[in-house]
Amino acid sequence: LLQVVRNPMVEKPNKDGRPPTIEYQEEEILDTVYGAVLRECYSMYKLFNGTFGRAMEAGGVELLMQKLDKFFYRYLQTLHLQSCDLLDVFGGIAFFPLDKMTYLKIQSFVNRVEESLSLIKYTAFLYNDQLIWSGLEQDDMRILYKYLTTSLFPRHSEPELAGRDSPLRPEVAGNLLHYGRFLTGPANLKDPEAKFRFPRIFVNTEDSYEELHLIVYKAMSAAVCFMISASVELTREFCEQLDGLVGPQLTLLASDICEQYNVNRRISGPDKEPQFKFIYFNHMNLAEKSTIHMRKTASVSLTSVHPDLMKILGDINCDFARVDEDEEIIVKAMTDYWVVGKKSDQRELYVILNQKNANLIEVNEEVKRLCATQFNNIFFLD
Amino acid sequence: MSEEHYYLELCENPVQFENASSVNNVFFDEANKQVFAVRSGGATGVVVKGPEDKSSVAFRMDDKGEVKCIKFSIGNKILAVQRTPKSVDFINFIPDYPHLEFSQECKMKNASILGFCWTNWNEIVFITDQGIEFYQVLPDKRSLKLLKSQSINVNWYMYCPETAVILLSTTFQGNVLQPFAFKSGTMSKMSKFEIELPVVPKPAKLNLSERDIAVANMEGSCKKTNVLKLNTTGKFALNVVDNLVVVHHQSTQTSIIFDIKLREPDCALNVHQPVLPPRSIHPYRIPLTGPSAVPSQPPVPCELYSSSWSVFQPDIIISASEGYQWYLQVKLPPTVNLLQDKGKLIDFLLRRRDCKMVILSVCSQMLNGEDKGSLPVVATVFDKLNQVFKEYLEAEQTYTVAMESGPSRGSTARERPVRTQAVIDQSDMYTHVLSSFTEKKDVSHKFIIAVLMEYIRSLNQVQITVQHYLYELVIKTLVHHSLFYMLHQFLQYHVLSDSKPLACLLLSLEGTYPAAHQLSLDMLKRLSTANDEIVEVLLSKQQVLGALRFIRSVGGNDNISARKFLDAALQTADQMLFYTIFRFFEQRNLRLRGSPSFNPGEHCEEHVVYFKQVFGEQALMKQATV
Repeated sequence: LLQVVRNPMVEKPNKDGRPPTIEYQEEEILDTVYGAVLRECYSMYKLFNGTFGRAMEAGGVELLMQKLDKFFYRYLQTLHLQSCDLLDVFGGIAFFPLDKMTYLKIQSFVNRVEESLSLIKYTAFLYNDQLIWSGLEQDDMRILYKYLTTSLFPRHSEPELAGRDSPLRPEVAGNLLHYGRFLTGPANLKDPEAKFRFPRIFVNTEDSYEELHLIVYKAMSAAVCFMISASVELTREFCEQLDGLVGPQLTLLASDICEQYNVNRRISGPDKEPQFKFIYFNHMNLAEKSTIHMRKTASVSLTSVHPDLMKILGDINCDFARVDEDEEIIVKAMTDYWVVGKKSDQRELYVILNQKNANLIEVNEEVKRLCATQFNNIFFLD
Repeated sequence: MSEEHYYLELCENPVQFENASSVNNVFFDEANKQVFAVRSGGATGVVVKGPEDKSSVAFRMDDKGEVKCIKFSIGNKILAVQRTPKSVDFINFIPDYPHLEFSQECKMKNASILGFCWTNWNEIVFITDQGIEFYQVLPDKRSLKLLKSQSINVNWYMYCPETAVILLSTTFQGNVLQPFAFKSGTMSKMSKFEIELPVVPKPAKLNLSERDIAVANMEGSCKKTNVLKLNTTGKFALNVVDNLVVVHHQSTQTSIIFDIKLREPDCALNVHQPVLPPRSIHPYRIPLTGPSAVPSQPPVPCELYSSSWSVFQPDIIISASEGYQWYLQVKLPPTVNLLQDKGKLIDFLLRRRDCKMVILSVCSQMLNGEDKGSLPVVATVFDKLNQVFKEYLEAEQTYTVAMESGPSRGSTARERPVRTQAVIDQSDMYTHVLSSFTEKKDVSHKFIIAVLMEYIRSLNQVQITVQHYLYELVIKTLVHHSLFYMLHQFLQYHVLSDSKPLACLLLSLEGTYPAAHQLSLDMLKRLSTANDEIVEVLLSKQQVLGALRFIRSVGGNDNISARKFLDAALQTADQMLFYTIFRFFEQRNLRLRGSPSFNPGEHCEEHVVYFKQVFGEQALMKQATV
């Protein structure tokens, strides 16, 4: 894959009639970010089409070109390169915080469904666009997560938010026993004529190379992905069986989670509103958390800080990537801001402080305090 | 029929006595559980055997007529013998008291004594057809004193020795039962109750006989609104064993059991079906003894359900013709295959006395074998067991708290809660079920992990702290199958609670799974009592500065061993690092003792030598001049 990036340029007007000088601003672009975007293009292609090698084996260059054309035609339109930033470098997964008991109930649910429907190979459980459990390996989950949160879920949430009379409102399945429905596959189980198919994905491409049906089933804010070998034909009966088994249980679980979440919010107090702007990422489990980025919509991920600051974060990240050891970098940016980047073991933390009159020591103390309160569960080396 | 077929059996060592014959009469006293063999009215001897007696009591008494009833008082102190309808005779068996007989007539004129019961070593109750008389026996005076009496028309009576309650059958039809309780030398009348008769005969006649009633003492409250569906007709006899009602049916030679504690939650009237299919009592063989027996002769099968059998409460069966008295016993292992619903089976077993090993074997069977239970069944079983476990733990806790807070204001003395066999704790489950289960090769690893997680979930649900060895079992299983990503997620969500043993186990996995290092450090930090371990981990990774900064951040830098850090710094072969560490400790020495040099006890001499070698003598910190 080849990516061509044109450096932004600025025209500097010259005096005395000479043509304006063109200044290329290479530092404005972060190679790591665009590199990451490129890698993600490939991962996303591979998720839905398998590797290039296999396509070549199956149908030569012609088949590969067809697949690439079909995929990238749509995919490229979804990219918003101007808003790509550090988070794209990480390609992380946001995990939903949950207490132990509810987590165990979810485990129990997943295990029982997998036992009843033995066709299911892998399961993933998400709530509110955040991951709770993945039976898939990390690398595959990472790209699947990106697809779910930036493409599939937004496509289905807009109709949900639409008004009662909107033509976008999904057909109520007529099932008053539960709120479960398919996001992929049969939109309306009641209609025996309606045809449906599930998207196919390719996982474990390094070793077992599996092609799977992707079933995404949702009830309220909880979404479950069931992955079944593509060699099996999934019939309407199977979908009805799944709907009957999963719908009620998932509805119950979703309201349990919601209740627990509200309880926890009340306990931890209203001051959980993050005063700190930070981005956290753990290379080990790909967990990411950002208080800078707003909720992602289908199109754009909004940030609440100046893009220049995001660029500084990207620079610090490049520095970190160059060495193996733990590091801490503190930058005074523009007039008002301090940016601190901390790397410990496999974790990276970036904090943006808006304190123009603070000095280095005060900034250091602030960050230490942040680590002690927000991150007291994990071991950060000073 | 295989061993597995029978769930009832007669005990192994019955009490033997001379069988009933023309010269020998046999009597059974339910209160003391004693068998009396009276030969020739007592003239040629009376032999008394009880369940506890090592040897029998034997004596002679004058033959004053046919014996109708004979019973010892509690402790075998006084013997009462009824030979006529009007009086009862007494003989003292107290040491130093003469063996002379004395007698007592019933007070009510024209009454016939139906029988008598001892309520204490010297208290006796006469039940006549016209009433009830409560006496105190004065053995030294060889006479009785009437304490209390009550006139009432009595058809028949039953005595429940454990509670010292006598039930009288009153009214024409005999179905109104009047109980009297005897406690601490007093007699009190309890409220009477009526037994419903299925058919009211016209004209009214005695419809309910003592053969239709059995009185037994069962644990807990036992309302009379329990109906046992027998589903057949004929002669029945009742025993109560291990809180089960056993109904023997003579014509089919089978018995059925009812678990009357099993109740539908909302029913006032509980209609019980038999818990298990009917089965005969386990066949019994009688070894031949006596002068005509040859030792090599095989034992002879004993006739079960014979017409010479008598059944006494709660669990006694006597064969007068053979001369045996047995206790009836329930065998739990055969019941396991007779109840298909595992939930019901566990409920049944939890209410039995010797249930622990049977329950554990049910759990093992449920997880292995062809008829392995599905996860919902496994979950239900675990929940039932942990509910009982939790109740016991709470009772223990309440007791401990009460004991610690000193003598209670309440009058009831606290009793330590008894741990019954139904309390199955984590150690039991681990040792007998889970440990071997996780090592099975032919079970899918998904199922193994799902089962372990169900058990952990079940414990959490009743707020029992999970023991660390269960977490170790989970980790080992996940590692064994290379399910590292799963392990990571479990730790991330604190499903596996923090503990030092677990952190060490994680550290040991670092070779196979690099992320274990980070997970282990996180856990040690959360434990907040593991600073030393954290330092060790960091030093082992050659993160000497990191270790030093960490220990400084928790305020422990004055206590650490200089030698250990200098050794580690030396190992890194980084001279600047060594310099930094060395300097740090020189500063510490200065601060603590006023001099930068090391104490001999710190064993840092070779490091000082090395420092001088590399950086020169002049680089050493100078003594501060005062």
